[in-house]
Amino acid sequence: MVDFPLLSLMTFLPVVGVLIILAIRGEEKVVEQNTRHMALYTSLFTLAFALFMYTRFDGSSAEFQFVEQSGWLKPLGIDYHLGVDGISVFFVLLSAFLTPVCILSAWSVVKTRVKEFMITFLLLESFMIGTFVALDAVLFYVFFEGVLIPMFLIIGVWGGPRRVYSAYKFFLYTLLGSVLMLIGLLTLYAQTGTTDIPTLMDNPVARDLQIWLWLAFFASFAVKMPMWPVHTWLPDAHVEAPTAGSVILAGVLLKMGGYGFLRFSLPMFPEASAYFADMVYALSVIAIIYTSLVALVQEDMKKLIAYSSVAHMGFVTLGIFTATTQGIEGGIFQMISHGLISGALFLCVGVVYDRLHTREIERYGGIVKNMPKYATVFMILMLGSVGLPGTSGFVGEFLVLLGAFQANTFVAALAATGVILGAAYMLILYRRVVFGPRVNNDALSMPDLNQREAGLLISLVLLVLWLGVFPGTVMDKVSPSVNKLITDYNAKLEAAAGLEAGEGAVKE
Amino acid sequence: MIDFNLIPLLPEIFLSLIGMGLLIVGVSEGNAATRVVCWAAAAGFAIAALILLGVGWDTRSVLNGMFVMDKFAGFMKLMILTGLIASVALSVRYLVEEGMERFEFPVLIIFAGIGMMMMVSANNLLTLYMGLELQSLSLYVLAAFHRNSLRSSEAGIKYFVLGALSSGMLLFGVSLIYGFTGSLDFEVIGRTLAGLDVVPLGATFGLVFILAGLAFKISAVPFHMWTPDVYQGAPTAVTALFAIVPKIAAFALLMRLLFEPFAGLSDQWLQIVYFISLMSMVIGAFAGIVQENIKRLLAYSSIGNMGYALIGVVAGGAAGAGSVVLYLLIYMVMTVGVFTVVLSMRRQGMGVYRISDLSGLSKTAPGLAYAMAILMFSMSGIPPAAGFFGKLVVFNAAVGQGYYVLATLGILTSVVAAYYYLRVIKVMFFDEPADVFDGGMPFARRAVLLISILFVLGFVIKPSVFVSSSFSAVASLFAG
Repeated sequence: MVDFPLLSLMTFLPVVGVLIILAIRGEEKVVEQNTRHMALYTSLFTLAFALFMYTRFDGSSAEFQFVEQSGWLKPLGIDYHLGVDGISVFFVLLSAFLTPVCILSAWSVVKTRVKEFMITFLLLESFMIGTFVALDAVLFYVFFEGVLIPMFLIIGVWGGPRRVYSAYKFFLYTLLGSVLMLIGLLTLYAQTGTTDIPTLMDNPVARDLQIWLWLAFFASFAVKMPMWPVHTWLPDAHVEAPTAGSVILAGVLLKMGGYGFLRFSLPMFPEASAYFADMVYALSVIAIIYTSLVALVQEDMKKLIAYSSVAHMGFVTLGIFTATTQGIEGGIFQMISHGLISGALFLCVGVVYDRLHTREIERYGGIVKNMPKYATVFMILMLGSVGLPGTSGFVGEFLVLLGAFQANTFVAALAATGVILGAAYMLILYRRVVFGPRVNNDALSMPDLNQREAGLLISLVLLVLWLGVFPGTVMDKVSPSVNKLITDYNAKLEAAAGLEAGEGAVKE
Repeated sequence: MIDFNLIPLLPEIFLSLIGMGLLIVGVSEGNAATRVVCWAAAAGFAIAALILLGVGWDTRSVLNGMFVMDKFAGFMKLMILTGLIASVALSVRYLVEEGMERFEFPVLIIFAGIGMMMMVSANNLLTLYMGLELQSLSLYVLAAFHRNSLRSSEAGIKYFVLGALSSGMLLFGVSLIYGFTGSLDFEVIGRTLAGLDVVPLGATFGLVFILAGLAFKISAVPFHMWTPDVYQGAPTAVTALFAIVPKIAAFALLMRLLFEPFAGLSDQWLQIVYFISLMSMVIGAFAGIVQENIKRLLAYSSIGNMGYALIGVVAGGAAGAGSVVLYLLIYMVMTVGVFTVVLSMRRQGMGVYRISDLSGLSKTAPGLAYAMAILMFSMSGIPPAAGFFGKLVVFNAAVGQGYYVLATLGILTSVVAAYYYLRVIKVMFFDEPADVFDGGMPFARRAVLLISILFVLGFVIKPSVFVSSSFSAVASLFAG
C-alpha cells in the first residue's frame, strides 16, 4: 500500500502532460519533436506508476485498494472515490501500456497536427484510466463518456477518406447507449440515495427495478463492447481510424463495456443478470458465429480484424454471464489478451499500410521474402488471435468455453465453432498477405520492420507469449476479486430466491 | 401606512440614475461618446452588483408587497448583471465594426436590465408587467438597432408584433387572475387559490394565458417561432444579449409565479409545462439539424435548452428549482462564450454567419476553434465539460420525482442535438480551410471567452461550489 494518492496521480498525470505540451512554443519542427517526446515521457511515467501500483497491489485481497475518497458534488452526496481491485487493476495496466505504444507507433507516421494528436491521446489515456479506477458511478460516467471526445477527434482528424461518417457514427451510437445508462444511473440514485459503487454492490434493488436498470446499463455496455447487433459502428470506426486510434480502440475502449458488465450489471443487478443470461448467450453466440463468417469474406484487413474483435468480445460476454469462476476469469483474461493481440494486429496492418497505403488484402501477397521479421511477428500474433495453446488467446477462450459448458452445453458447443471459424479467417488472411502468389511488385519491394516497429511488436509478442505460458501472472491477482464477485452474486440470488419462497409460503 | 424602505431597491435605483445620467451625457456629447458610455454602463452594472451584494438577501418585501428581495432574487439578479456586463463588453467593438456607434445602445441595455431585475423581484402582477414591458420595449428597439439593415428592421418588427401579442395575452391572463382572486399580490393570490376547493375555470384560463406570455419570452415551443428570425436578423451583439440575459429573468419570473402564487394550481400548470418542455426539446433538436446559419442554429439550440431547463420546473421542489438555476447559470456562461466566437466571424469587415464559414478554423485560427469545440462539446452535454453537469442535475431532479418518460425523451433529444453541435466541430476540424477571419480580437472579447472556457473546463474540478449556491438560492422560494 502507498501513502500518496497514486490513482489520482496516474489519472491526471497525462493532463499535466497536456498542459506542458500546450506551453511548448517555438519553430514548428522543434515543437513537433518536443511534443512527441513530452507525450512519450508522460505516458511512460504513467506506465511506471501503473507498474508500481501492480507491484504494490495485494493480490490476495478482494478489497478495493489504493482507495481515495473526498467530497466532490457535495450537495448531491456524490464523492470523488477511486480504487482498484483485481478486476480493474489489469485494465489500468493495459491502458497505461498501450498509450505509449500508440504514441510510438504514430511517432513518424502522423505528420499533420502532431501537437493536437499527442494532446488527444494523453487526454484519452487520462479518461481511460479514470474509467477503470472510478468507484463512484457518476465519476465513472464522466470518464466513460469523456472518452468520446478525444476518440471522435482522432477518427475525424487523422482518419481515412470516410472519416467524417465514421466519427459521427461512433460518437452518436455510443452516446445514445450511454445516455440511457445515465437515466438508469439516476434512477438508481433516486432509489438508493447513493452513487457509490461499493455501496450499491452491497445493496441490490428490487427485482422489477433491476430488470429496467439492467437494460439501461446494457444499452451502453453492449454498444461499447460491441455486441451483435449493435456492433456496426466498430468496423467503420476501425477502418477509418488511424493506426494508433485502432489500437487504442480495440485495445482498451472495447474493454470498457466488459468492465461495465463486471462492475455494474453482475454485482448490482444479479437477478436481472440471471434473468437475461440466456439472451446474452444467444447474442454472444450469434456474434461469435455470424461475425466470424462476415470476417471470412472481408477484403479489407482492418475490417477483418474489426469483425474478429466482435467475435472475440462475444466470448467475453458469454464468459461473464455464465457467472462461473472460469467463465468470468476467462472473460477478463480474454479481454486483456485481446487488447494486446488485436492492438498488435492493428499495428501490423499499420506497418504495411504505411508502406503501401492500402489495406486491401488483394494488393499484398508473398511478402514473406522481403519482410521475414514482419512475417514472423505477424504469425505469432495471428496464432494468438486464433487461440493457439502457448499464446494468451488460448487461455481466455479455453476458460470461457469451460465456464460455458457448466452453464449450458449447447451454447458452449456453438461457441466452440467460433474457434474453428476464427482459425479459418485468420489463417486465410495470413496466407493471402504473407504467402500467396508474388504478383504485386510494389508489395514485394517493401522494406522490413524498422527498429521502432520491431521493438513495439516484439514487446507485444513477448507479452502475448508470457501470458500464454504463465497466465498466473494475471490470474493470481484476479481470482480473489472474481471469487468475491461470484460468492456475492450467488448469495444475492439465493437471498432473493429465499425471499420469494418465503413470500410464496405466506401466500399459501 | 406607506412602507417606504427602499434599501432592497438600491441596485435598481442606482441603475436608473446611471441610465438617465448616461442618456444626458450621450445627448450632450453625441455618438462620439458611445465607447465611454458603454464602459460606463458596464461599470454601472458592476457597481450595481456590488450594491446588490451589500443590501442583504434575507427575505423581505417592500413597497406594500410590490417588490420582494430574497436569496433567489439576489442570486438571479447577480447572474443577470454578470450576463449584462458580458454583453456590453462584447458589444463595444461590434458597434464600431458595424458602424452603428450610437450612445442609445448601452443606455437601452441598462433600461432592459432594470426591467429584468424588476421581473425577478416582482411580487405583484403589476410589478411583473411593468418590469416585463420595460425589458421588452428596450429589447424591441435593440433588435432593430441596425437601422439600415433590412433584416434587422424585420427582426425588430417581428419581435415587436409577436412580443406585443404575448404581452397582451399575459395582461389578459393577469386580469382574469385578478378577477377570480381579487388581488394582484402574489401572496394573496397564493392564499386564495390554496383555499379554494374547486379551482374556477377563469383562474385556470388566466394561468394559461400568463404561461403563454412567459413561454414566448423564454422562446419555448409552441411560442418559439420568432426566435430563429430574430436571432438571425438582429445585430449579433444584440442576439448575444437576447440569448444570454432575458431568458434568465423570464425564467426567474416563471419560477416565482409557479412555485409561489400558483403552487396550488400545480395540477393545472404541470401538464402544460410538461408539454412545453418536451416539445421545446424535440423541436430544438430536430429543427436545428437542417440549419445552415450559425445564428439560427443557436436559436434552435436555445429553444432546446429552455426545454431542458423546464424539466427542472416540472420536477419542482427545491431539487428541481435548484437544478434550473444551475442549468441557466451554465447555459449563460456557455452562450456567452459561443457568441464571442460568433462575433469574431468576420471577413473583410463583414460578419459571416454560415456554418460552412467556419471551415478549417482549426488551421486558420486554432485558439478560436478549440474554444468553440470545447463549448460545443459542453453544449451537447458531454462530460467533463460544465454542460454535462447542468443536464445531470436537471435529469436527476426529474428522475427523482418519477418523470422517467420526460427524462428519457429529453436525454434522447440531447443525442439528436449533439449531431448539430458536432457538425460545427466537424466543419472546424475535419474540413479544408476557408478564407481566414479578420484578425485582431479585442481584449474584452478575449477576456470574456477565456473566462467562459475556464468556467466550462474548470467546473468539473469543484462542482459543489456552484451546485451548492444554486440549490441554496432557491430555498427562499419554498420557505413559505
